[in-house]
Amino acid sequence: MAPRRPAKRLVTALCRAFSGRGCQLAPKRGAERRDAAPSRVSRFCPPRKSRHDWIGPPDKYSNLRPIHFYIPENESPLEQKLRELRQETQEWNQQFWADQNLTFHKEKEEFVHSRLKAKGLDLRTASGQKATLNAEEMAEFYKEFLSKNFQKHMYYNRDWYKRNFAITFFMGKVALERIWNKLRPKQKKTSS
Amino acid sequence: MEERLPRSPGGWTVISEGPQKNKLIRLARLLLIPAPSFANIDTGRQTGIDLSICLEPQVSHAKARDTSRGSSFSAKPFYTSDTPAKGIERNWKILASALEITLQWPRSPVSTGSGHPSPAGWGGGCIWYLERRVTRESPRRFLHLLRNVNQQWVTFQHFNFLRHMYVTQLNRSLKQQIKPKPEPAESPFLEKTSLDEAKAEICEMRPLVPPSLSLSRKPSEKALIELEPTSVIEGSIDLGKETKEEKQWKEMKLRVDDLPGILARLSKIKLTALVVSTTSAGFALAPAPFDWSCFLLTFVGTGLASCAANSINQFFEVPFDSNMNRTKNRPLVRGQISPLLAVSFATCCAVPGVALLTWGVNPLTGALGLFNIFLYTCCYTPLKRVSIANTWVGAVVGAIPPVMGWTAATGSLDAGACLLGGILYSWQFPHFNALSWGLREDYSRGGYCMMSVTHPALCRRVALRHCLALLAMCVAAPALDVTTWTFPVIALPINLYISYLGFRFYRDADRKSSRKLFFCSLWHLPLLLLLMLTCKRRAGEEGTGAPQS
Repeated sequence: MAPRRPAKRLVTALCRAFSGRGCQLAPKRGAERRDAAPSRVSRFCPPRKSRHDWIGPPDKYSNLRPIHFYIPENESPLEQKLRELRQETQEWNQQFWADQNLTFHKEKEEFVHSRLKAKGLDLRTASGQKATLNAEEMAEFYKEFLSKNFQKHMYYNRDWYKRNFAITFFMGKVALERIWNKLRPKQKKTSS
Repeated sequence: MEERLPRSPGGWTVISEGPQKNKLIRLARLLLIPAPSFANIDTGRQTGIDLSICLEPQVSHAKARDTSRGSSFSAKPFYTSDTPAKGIERNWKILASALEITLQWPRSPVSTGSGHPSPAGWGGGCIWYLERRVTRESPRRFLHLLRNVNQQWVTFQHFNFLRHMYVTQLNRSLKQQIKPKPEPAESPFLEKTSLDEAKAEICEMRPLVPPSLSLSRKPSEKALIELEPTSVIEGSIDLGKETKEEKQWKEMKLRVDDLPGILARLSKIKLTALVVSTTSAGFALAPAPFDWSCFLLTFVGTGLASCAANSINQFFEVPFDSNMNRTKNRPLVRGQISPLLAVSFATCCAVPGVALLTWGVNPLTGALGLFNIFLYTCCYTPLKRVSIANTWVGAVVGAIPPVMGWTAATGSLDAGACLLGGILYSWQFPHFNALSWGLREDYSRGGYCMMSVTHPALCRRVALRHCLALLAMCVAAPALDVTTWTFPVIALPINLYISYLGFRFYRDADRKSSRKLFFCSLWHLPLLLLLMLTCKRRAGEEGTGAPQS
């Protein structure tokens, strides 16, 4: 069944396209990228029959995989709390890493440009490729970047460990709750 | 009403089965080719509906009909040797797969055999088959005829976003326009491209499409060539992209048959195997009679403890692993297993493992195992992001397993155990420092504090220092009654070699020397342990001075 669904979706969408709908301009990405993580996730719709979470490909900027959480009809308050915690942690993580990676690349470019200028070299080599510095020269940048972001990483680590433990703890509680709910009707039946 | 296609010698036909026809119509439209015309072809060879797609602009456009007998239209994507055939092939294939049609492109263009003079630029026609994916239908599906292309060509827009080549021909002359892209972009149908890039390209492309589209001989044909396909393209590219992206979304459902593989990756089974082999070497080198049951218990216990430690390590490091190339395919990163399950698995390995070591072997080994798990998960893993001292802690973690093997055999922590631990401890430095030399960018971006990033000179110095320490410890081995005196002699070549590579790494400090040192360390350790085993001092031999073989 799985191969049919994408094809059907494609076909129905093609029909819509043929009916002459206007083109949609690409939403401007870039500065809004970081906030786009939730909207990016919501663009994907898992099949109706699925009762599980879905995990997607790594995000382009943060390299983290977004998860689309399944909301069951009879979601208990504990399950809801867990889901919201996971959703919030996911957004927070995506934001941090997207920010981190973008900053890294930007500063790396700046460093390379400034070094090349200092050396008096062109930004592009004769063959048109981007000129790069060798590993030893880049090592200075890596060291500087690491020390500059040390405090930020400390805070992030602490928060990440706390959240990770909290999520796992709640997952355990939810699992126990589910097992208990499954056993309880049986107990009622045996008692009555 | 069906009409016969004007059978030009240059045309070619593809025959496929009926339900594919609508898909082929859409396919043709996606490629900005005029709506196909249809005609019956009675080849006498078909078993079902046969159809062929026609890309000729001047062919009259009869309505497609879903006749059981079938309708047919001929199709010939014109291309010349100037156009990148591979790119066309790829894009047709990708589009067709989205519509669940399989296309096959011929390996080499089939030569035109009808005797018509082909212009120098023409590369010939191509054969393509359309196959149905469902095998319910009749087995004989497709016939295709290759025809020479000699007709009024058609404007063909090539979906190659890397080069944006538009093949246009006017009055049989070939003209190519290349529109260079301002920034590198990838075909939207490639796996990794992002939706936004494709959309941005479409916005750029749209203004170009109207003017560049074909001018065929008959001006009326212009009207037929619809530019409305731009929305189709965009819609289809969006959909193509979304479909591709959608296909990459996986359900987070644990499948039982995947579980062993997932758990093996979670517990870093290869690393565990190496750890267990060093434990076995420690066990075998200990001056005690070899007890198989004790050995097996140690083996299993250490393996379980190592699995537990590795799983917890991966549990802690999910976002960091996602950002490093080396580790981005781990199970927790890919969502193949939930964190709860990873922790449960780790507990289910640690508890029996340590229990086995404590009560099956001896309490000292059990304590060492537990200590090692704690050291690895609670000290080394968080320390990686705080200070470069993590490397020394990690070296201790690596040194403990052979000591555990020794204590399992003898029950006590004596000089030989410490020596063996010392050898493994020293080995970790050239191994890890050389490895980390090439990962400096990833470490810096991920926030890992490693010597190679923050203190590069120290990194190389330490690696060399410990290569020399290895040499010294191999000399000390016979002095401590672990091995005979032949051992340092026969181990000298490999020790000298690794020291030499360590020196080269210290002096050159480049990627090449670091890689050489790393790969040397990979075979140096097993070989050293093997030599130690062969030169083991047997019980009852004299302490020093008498060389035994």
